[in-house]
Amino acid sequence: MSTPTTPTKKSNNPIPNKERIKMPRQHMPEAPPEVRNKQFTEVNLGYSAELARQEALRCIECAKPSCTKDCPVGVKVKEFVQLIVDGDFMGAAAKIREDNVLPAITGRVCPQEDHCEGACLLCNKGESLGIGYLERFVADYEQKHFDVTKIVKASPTGKKVAIVGSGPSGLTAAGDLVQKGHEVHVFEALHEIGGVLVYGIPEFRLPKQIIREQVDIMRAMGVEFETDVVVGRTVTIDELLDEEKYDAVFIGTGAGLPQFMGIPGEHLNGVYSANEFLTRINLMHAYEFPNYDEPMVDFRGKNVAVIGGGNTALDAIRSSLRLGAGNAFILYRRSEAEMPARLEEIKHAKEEGIQLQVLAAPLEFLDDGKGWLRAARCQKMELGEPDSSGRRRPVPIPGSEYELPLAVAIMAIGTTANPIIQTTTPGLATTKKGYIQADDTTQKTSRRGVFAGGDIVTGGATVILAMGAGRRAAKSIHEFLVSGEW
Amino acid sequence: MFKILHAQFIAPGIKRFVIEAPRIARKQRPGQFVIIRVNEKGERIPLTIEKSDPEKGTVNIVVQSLGKTTHMLNSLEAGDSILDMVGPLGKPSEIEKFGTVVVMGGGVGTAMAYPTASAMKRAGNRVITIIGGRNKDLVLLESEMREVSDTVLVTTDDGSYADKGLVTDKLRQLIENGTRIDLVLAVGPIPMMRAVADMTRKERIKTVVSLNPIMIDGTGMCGGCRVLVEGKSEFACVDGPEFDAHRVDFAVLVQRNAMYRDAEKRSMENYQHEAAEKKSAAPADAEVACALEGKK
Repeated sequence: MSTPTTPTKKSNNPIPNKERIKMPRQHMPEAPPEVRNKQFTEVNLGYSAELARQEALRCIECAKPSCTKDCPVGVKVKEFVQLIVDGDFMGAAAKIREDNVLPAITGRVCPQEDHCEGACLLCNKGESLGIGYLERFVADYEQKHFDVTKIVKASPTGKKVAIVGSGPSGLTAAGDLVQKGHEVHVFEALHEIGGVLVYGIPEFRLPKQIIREQVDIMRAMGVEFETDVVVGRTVTIDELLDEEKYDAVFIGTGAGLPQFMGIPGEHLNGVYSANEFLTRINLMHAYEFPNYDEPMVDFRGKNVAVIGGGNTALDAIRSSLRLGAGNAFILYRRSEAEMPARLEEIKHAKEEGIQLQVLAAPLEFLDDGKGWLRAARCQKMELGEPDSSGRRRPVPIPGSEYELPLAVAIMAIGTTANPIIQTTTPGLATTKKGYIQADDTTQKTSRRGVFAGGDIVTGGATVILAMGAGRRAAKSIHEFLVSGEW
Repeated sequence: MFKILHAQFIAPGIKRFVIEAPRIARKQRPGQFVIIRVNEKGERIPLTIEKSDPEKGTVNIVVQSLGKTTHMLNSLEAGDSILDMVGPLGKPSEIEKFGTVVVMGGGVGTAMAYPTASAMKRAGNRVITIIGGRNKDLVLLESEMREVSDTVLVTTDDGSYADKGLVTDKLRQLIENGTRIDLVLAVGPIPMMRAVADMTRKERIKTVVSLNPIMIDGTGMCGGCRVLVEGKSEFACVDGPEFDAHRVDFAVLVQRNAMYRDAEKRSMENYQHEAAEKKSAAPADAEVACALEGKK
């Protein structure tokens, strides 16, 4: 993995540091809430070159940048920001690409406040540097100006790597490995490349075109993709190693089976898992029915609630609003401060008219007599002592039950491990919860030549954490391929 | 893209396709299924695998025209391609020597039951097959079933062929005759599977049904195919498609499969409308009128 380098080049930023800290953060231009909450087009519109330069000038160029240290893939933030100041946007893109092969995606969906921006020293004086916005600007600029003919391919090593799953961890590992000269073949179970990026994250936050373009760049770099292959069913890990002669395999199959609460009425029509609801919308374009064939329940004018407070919950409820929901609720059992979603998503959701019902949870879903959801019987909560996650535990308030009329309820309360690969790969060690056991730094599993990373190892996390795992895996796969030592 | 090598109607509205899919052909086991997507704007639907040929790298699927997607599929011919086909999905049937196995196929479900019947026979079981259809034309794979069964009993609802009645009538006769039955496998319309489950529950005969709920990804990711099994949600794509018939809540299965009935109807009407338009090549203003009609 790359380490933060001491700058050798002098900055061309003409503004003294003490002036820089007084400069306000440049706002991201956004589509107006009352317009965007009716359509699936992107909410954030992106910096112009001028805004990007203005924002880049705010960087105080720390000697030991904590932004890079806190980035799971170690993007050299200071260096790429300096290149923006210089007006060398392609240079900035190349600098990011040294550590991050999916900048247009992380620039949009990464929870920067938990990583680079959270660590930014400007936070002490006001608002952090808009690192995510700058990354997005540079990546979009690169995509417009990218010349695939200029890609310099590494000389082939003759080694073959199979990547299982084309989500953030798999794509990252693939991108890093192909740049080392290995032959990389990515297997995807669905019909589109991108995993959770295409089935999970809605168009208004991450346009599919962006993913396609990033994947096209990877194709140009030499990565091969094969869709419609469920590894474990269509071909096993052992067959990839023994018969198809891959020298190493990386498993990045991602989030698993959607969890339900186990409360009465979850089988009613109108109760969805967030995964199903979002897959219908994002992968299958159900919001364009009947132009596309995948159907969706009619949301127009109806009461819809999502259960949960993470990014998935917010994606689901904001999508519901765009399908015409009359009232769109978030039911979350803790308070707003504990919501795990990105701050920007919560802000956007509120602007769009999402109603927060925090400190509340459903106890039961009620039937309309014809098998369809009519209402949720809910209970109010208060916060007690912190639990194992360090967040204050929600405690039910006796006698606080109430009925919330609902036509649709979407469960966004996490996932459990998908068992397909674990049950078809002898000798692959798993955790108590059924996830694949992998080393924290090398991503090695119990099987020689087999590595794993992302949600299938950690359980549900974020795009950037999965990418970090993909990077670590690529590094140790490369070492394994070169040395032959396990 | 998955190339169609042969396509032939084997009954009215029911077509058999031989598709080039070497990876799937190599791995398919009895009881498993595929998910297909016909074109870029298509939905993903699960379909029955009748059999596969690992040497030739081909998979046979049997498709009954019901909604838009299956009608579109059944309009395809040899030389055409299906955009996506993924599988084999689901757990394979549990094959072992049970003793006497009754395999029941209703309509197109017979195609799904066939590979399991065949494997049960190879495993040394006595296989009694009961197949049925609404009429003579809809009795499928009778000769294929005869090759892998010790006995084949056939019924038609209207009596146009073999014995008039339902497949469950034959099962009742077997039970009443005192035939020892160690396992029943039933694949067919939900009412048929439910009736079989009700009949064998009383007799305490182990019974397996193969369920076909609404599905999207087929890998456990979406949870759309969940079925209520003894009050607990299980996923047909990873926990099934075969389940212990006595534990399945069939009423919930019926209710969930009806979730998109209005949309499915609308899709089908639009499709038929477009097909009719193509055929008649109507004058321009009539087309506009039709299009407006469709929008309502």
